[in-house]
Amino acid sequence: MKSTTKHQETAPAVSAGAAGTAAEKGWGEPAGGEPRRGRFTRENVAKVLFIVPAALYLALFFGYPVVKNITMSLQAYTTKTFFTGEAPWVGFDNYATMFGSQLFGPALLNTGLFTIGSIAGQFVIGLALASFFKRRFPLNNFLRSMLLLPWLLPLIVASATWRSILDQDSGILNRFIGAFGLEPVPWLTSPSVALIAVILVNIWVGIPFNVTILYGGLQDIPEELYEAGALDGATGWAAFRYITWPNLRPVVSVVLVLGMVYTIKVLDIILGLTNGGPANATQTLSIRSYQESFVNFEFGVGAAFSNILIVISLLFAIIYLRANRRAVDE
Amino acid sequence: MSRTTMTKKKLTKKKLTTLLAMAAIAPLAFSACSAGGAGGSETSGEGADTLTILDYYNNEPDKTLVQAALDKCATDLGVTIERESVPGKDLIQKVLQRASSKTLPDVLMLDNPDVQEIAATGGLSPMSDYDVDTSGFAPGILEAATYEGEVYGLAPAVNTLGLFYNTELLAAAGIEPPTTWDELKAAAAALTVGDQYGMAFSAIATYEGAWQFLPFMWTNGGDETDLGSPEVTEALQLIVDLVESGSASSSVINWSQADVKDQFVAGKAAMMINGPWQIPALMETPDVTWDSVQIPVNKAGQTPVAPLGGEVWTVPVTGDDEKQATAAKFVECISDDENQLALSEARYLVPTKEALAEEYVEKVPTMKSFTEQVANARSRTGQLGEEWPEAATVIYTAMQLALTGQVPVEDAFEQAMAG
Repeated sequence: MKSTTKHQETAPAVSAGAAGTAAEKGWGEPAGGEPRRGRFTRENVAKVLFIVPAALYLALFFGYPVVKNITMSLQAYTTKTFFTGEAPWVGFDNYATMFGSQLFGPALLNTGLFTIGSIAGQFVIGLALASFFKRRFPLNNFLRSMLLLPWLLPLIVASATWRSILDQDSGILNRFIGAFGLEPVPWLTSPSVALIAVILVNIWVGIPFNVTILYGGLQDIPEELYEAGALDGATGWAAFRYITWPNLRPVVSVVLVLGMVYTIKVLDIILGLTNGGPANATQTLSIRSYQESFVNFEFGVGAAFSNILIVISLLFAIIYLRANRRAVDE
Repeated sequence: MSRTTMTKKKLTKKKLTTLLAMAAIAPLAFSACSAGGAGGSETSGEGADTLTILDYYNNEPDKTLVQAALDKCATDLGVTIERESVPGKDLIQKVLQRASSKTLPDVLMLDNPDVQEIAATGGLSPMSDYDVDTSGFAPGILEAATYEGEVYGLAPAVNTLGLFYNTELLAAAGIEPPTTWDELKAAAAALTVGDQYGMAFSAIATYEGAWQFLPFMWTNGGDETDLGSPEVTEALQLIVDLVESGSASSSVINWSQADVKDQFVAGKAAMMINGPWQIPALMETPDVTWDSVQIPVNKAGQTPVAPLGGEVWTVPVTGDDEKQATAAKFVECISDDENQLALSEARYLVPTKEALAEEYVEKVPTMKSFTEQVANARSRTGQLGEEWPEAATVIYTAMQLALTGQVPVEDAFEQAMAG
């Protein structure tokens, strides 16, 4: 913020940078300190024109849905609403229904476990693989691109495939385990195992993202640091601890926060694998929101559930922004 | 580069930025215009004798088979039709969307348990407004299409559930198709060998799972208005026994009815609860020989009662009275005797006019048990109407709780009803 205002002051007649400054100025102080006659100059018109598409886009695709979602959560919004256009205000009834539901507690807990479990697994395996691919060896590039496959597969296809892999009777995973004389695991049929199975599949889905971003981060660490470190005796684990990790921190925070926001709203994988079952063992807030809205057609209650998700995501976004600002200030 | 060219360049650049910015806004303005235009033309562009139709038969061969019936009615009534078929799971969302944009089709197909919910919104017009004759139809399907005393649509053909069995496996084991629950349990146990289960059904945590539970619940005298009753619990005990004894896979809690059919076709299940819409798929694997009987009853003397499935054609309120009247005639035509028989025969369904049953079974003997079953079949929404989805949720939740051993069978429904 500080740096941008300075930029405005020192460059009063910017032309090339019009887009950047216009965006900030237009929101902040329309009249500014400038003389009045400057209001409708061509330059100012251009500035405004540049803002309009972005502002319209934000208002249409971010502002409207968020506001609509909040108002919807305060209305009795059901199938009838679509025909009559009437959605009576019910205050916080939908929130009361949500918090009063026996599934709210378990869904919240499952969302937490699912998110933390998935992120931890994705990140650790992703970082390990990224470090591994930093070395030069034959087929490195080929193998790294193959790693992206889970990312390219439509999630609905991936979850259908995993469902057959995890099938208790004829799934290939249990056949494999059976070859070692172990009992078949009821991956998707036991309420105590299903959440773990769903997390494992989500880890598989998230690894490519983590590897790609972390690998990019690793590439940015100057080789000289390692050479210098090696001279001081920092190799192997010490090199990772004192050179790689501190230099990777900004990338790590991006990966973790984005991962958090992506994971907390995961729907398709769980729907495809268990549909929230068995016996509600894999219900999460996003599954509740989906089922209330599109199975029970209680759009108001569904909106209430998704608002909770938005608040949680927002919380992490704020933590991320604050952490980043601190890093810049330092 | 000299100073003058620099400033010149700056100027042109400035102009360019203005232009660019305007260019960026222009499409927004244009698209707003065109969106308005498209909305207007959609209603005015159609001729007065064109009926728009919305259904969910988007897969072959159903799509073509239904098209034939629609084309025939279009010719009979001298109208042209514009048909749209969307995937089954998207239909209700599509209907809601089109309801809010006031672009409902003239003829709308709905899955029968959804009819009352949509009728309750006031979005459908009753058949009595157009003097459509609703006599002679099976009571179950009329019940499904009735909301507050008015019939809102007609179904040409319906389906239900029955017990399919692998004739080869049963013959080899010397077992007759079961007619009672005890026989079912005994047969399923005897037919469970190696990786082959005796029995398969769907207990998935969706309305599909609830639908598969209904034949046992209703046959035993249970009712969706009293899910805590001992009759309902007994039915739940039956399916829990089947899984706990190992006669059915514990994966039933994740199986859709299509998965159940796959197990049966793969020879991994000797018997299954399923519907006649699976028959075309079963025909694709001729080496699996099968037959079907009605759902087994708890005690000899009970009547097997299965749920009624199938789609109802309705007339949405579009505001164009003349067109709605034509649409009502069209709906009546889809359900006439000729279409009933043609659609039933081609799609392995059961005609909804009771008078056609005998003629139909003569023509399609494989449908005998299902035709008998339909005569006593009940609709899911007959008792509860719009409240049915809540009861269905309780049913599949109780099934899941009991089958996973989370809650004892006798407490499962109580627990599920608690929310």
